[in-house]
Amino acid sequence: MIYLDNSATTKPLPEVLESYMKAATTYYANPSSIHLLGSEAERLLTKSRNMVAAIMGIEANEVLFTSGGTEANNLAIKGIALQHQNRGKHMITTQIEHPSVLEAFRGLEDLGFEVTYLGVDQEGYVDPCDLENTIREDTILVSIMSVNNELGTIQPVQEIGKIAKKYPKLFFHVDHVQGLGKVPMNVGQSNIDLCSVSGHKIHGLKGTGALFVRGNVTLFPLLHGGSQENGKRAGTENLPAVVAFAKALRLIMDKEQNHLPELISLQKYVRHQLSQIDSLLINSPVNSAPHIVNVSLPGFKPEVIIHTLAQRGIYISTKSACSSKQPDVSSVLKACRIDASRTTSSLRISLSYQNTVTEIDQFIQALKEAIVHLKTSMGR
Amino acid sequence: MEFDHILIRYGELFIKGKNRKYFERKLQSNLIKKLKEFNNVRVSKKRDRMYVLLNGEDPYQVMNKCQLVFGIHTLSFAIKVEKDADVIKQAALAALQDSPEARTFKVSAKRADKEFPIRSQDLNQLIGGYVLSNTEGITVNVHHPDVELKVEVRNDAAYITAQDYPGAGGLPVGTTGNSLLLLSGGIDSPVSGYLTLKRGVELEAIHFHSPPYTSERAKQKVLDLASELSKYGNKIKVHIIPFTAIQEKIHRETPEGYSMTIMRRMMMRISAQIAKQQEILSLTTGESLGQVASQTMESMNAINEVTNLPIIRPLAAMDKLEIIGVSRKINTYDLSVLPYEDCCTIFVPKAPKTKPTREKASYYESTVEFSQDIADAIEQSYIVEVNGNEESKDEFEDLL
Repeated sequence: MIYLDNSATTKPLPEVLESYMKAATTYYANPSSIHLLGSEAERLLTKSRNMVAAIMGIEANEVLFTSGGTEANNLAIKGIALQHQNRGKHMITTQIEHPSVLEAFRGLEDLGFEVTYLGVDQEGYVDPCDLENTIREDTILVSIMSVNNELGTIQPVQEIGKIAKKYPKLFFHVDHVQGLGKVPMNVGQSNIDLCSVSGHKIHGLKGTGALFVRGNVTLFPLLHGGSQENGKRAGTENLPAVVAFAKALRLIMDKEQNHLPELISLQKYVRHQLSQIDSLLINSPVNSAPHIVNVSLPGFKPEVIIHTLAQRGIYISTKSACSSKQPDVSSVLKACRIDASRTTSSLRISLSYQNTVTEIDQFIQALKEAIVHLKTSMGR
Repeated sequence: MEFDHILIRYGELFIKGKNRKYFERKLQSNLIKKLKEFNNVRVSKKRDRMYVLLNGEDPYQVMNKCQLVFGIHTLSFAIKVEKDADVIKQAALAALQDSPEARTFKVSAKRADKEFPIRSQDLNQLIGGYVLSNTEGITVNVHHPDVELKVEVRNDAAYITAQDYPGAGGLPVGTTGNSLLLLSGGIDSPVSGYLTLKRGVELEAIHFHSPPYTSERAKQKVLDLASELSKYGNKIKVHIIPFTAIQEKIHRETPEGYSMTIMRRMMMRISAQIAKQQEILSLTTGESLGQVASQTMESMNAINEVTNLPIIRPLAAMDKLEIIGVSRKINTYDLSVLPYEDCCTIFVPKAPKTKPTREKASYYESTVEFSQDIADAIEQSYIVEVNGNEESKDEFEDLL
């Protein structure tokens, strides 16, 4: 099997699963219980939190564990909106965000908030000037993804952070789910107030993730109850999930530090091989995130290609898994004003540190054969 | 261009006379211990200055650690370069860029090596001009610059330093003797320990543990506090004293109004004995005048009767808010406010005497036999060594 759908999710590492198992079997006590078992669990929780904070370059009390990226995004956006609506009810995001961001904003629109959805250029880049021109007296939140999940476009987070800093009433949220471990970002020093990350995109487990919340930022909780996670997210801490996330984070950051050049050259290789195929167009910008290559094969139904490849044990995807149940058009590509023949025929190849050149060769071979086969069978 | 060393200046106030060598040696050895994790770092001593040679280690990480070491007045990153005008001006520019916030600067060049062809004044102009033409929005201000670029041309090389970073002040830990800190787990005692360390005192700590009235967590909290404190000095030995039997006895057999005074006296007696065993010459407490019933003048007088060791009370004349301010600065506040029972909050009498007398305290104690309990407590005490400067052997290592 050749798995090239790592932006949808990744295969959990055995080490992570082991940690999960061990934490779940040994440290099952409630970290809030006052007996010895509880205190052991609490120590493990604290240790995990400290480790995550140290890796990300932030303070331990700025780490808020969640059930994943979707919850982190929802908590950041709704939490800021509801908590700070007395400052203003206008918020800014882009047209190419993940559904867990876009739909959260749509929901808030129903409650009377006003949202500006910034457009992007042909490669998916947001224009920081555009953004600054959109900021108003009553703008309370800017939410931008660091890396687009379909195209791999890396947004100018640093620059946007500098702009956001000029407006003290404004909070800045970054959805870093796709970038974590592949696109280095200094969370502590980029004027970021909130940052979402997820475990299952970094060879961790589904249902794990975190929101990094800058020290003094207050949020209206999505979940009320106990005072866990600084009172920002109630519910008994999911300690095995936390441990698994911390471990996955440590391992991916180790990869980012030591093996990023290999991933980048593997991506270059993929791009080069794909560019040799007639009629194939590469949609991802040249300086995209090192694990995503988005292409279009105008005239071909992407679903048919996916299924053809899957028959040979090769897995890629059309657009993001979270929106692929809707009809074929990619809303991200559409927002980039790419023409219809391309937006309806896009494919995404997404890599991990585990993929090899041999796998890429086999994939390219299979793709070429599929194209030839489909051309003849569809009479073109 | 990368910084290759950190220049350390210590206040000259304390380094006069014969103590100077002793002071410097201690500071050097404290620095070496503090920077142990950086394998390539070397600490060298020259006339009235010290240099931390980075040898490729991360300058900012090393700087952060150095800023915790008492006895240092200010620190600067420095670059050592060959005595070549072009190289010097490039290095000066790089040094300035360490302070991205800086809007104004001035150059102070000193030509110690008179063989060097460019005179100090000309060097100032040369470097200043180069910096101005290679930066944006930065101007010269000779009176109150944000950054003073110091350039020294010496015989061996040219040295360039920029921004001054504040040191921790105080005296090198270990230069003014040792003390036993009574560590409860509240806000005050860690602050007291910090201030004592700052005056160059080496610390051990003592903690009274009363299971099941106080929990393992309460003990762990105290160890964590000691570990935070040790970051400002050396490793700390924490003496854990089993105190349950004595507390129960006090509660049972002495009048309620005096139980707290007597408990404190017992703690002092035990602390004094441990100090004697360890050859420690003083006790340190977090007492602050008027804070609670045990800290009235009468109370301190009654408690102090049982020992003639000097008792250092750095917080005696500080306001609670000042104390909290320090505890936040030294990262002990969040630990201190964790809500576990400690030995001072359990068995609290409803109405403790705020004006106890020595006579009455002695009288009530004399009716009860305590000496065996005290001997037992000391006999059963044990030492836990904490060192926040080293990553401890982690019980969860295989999990994370």
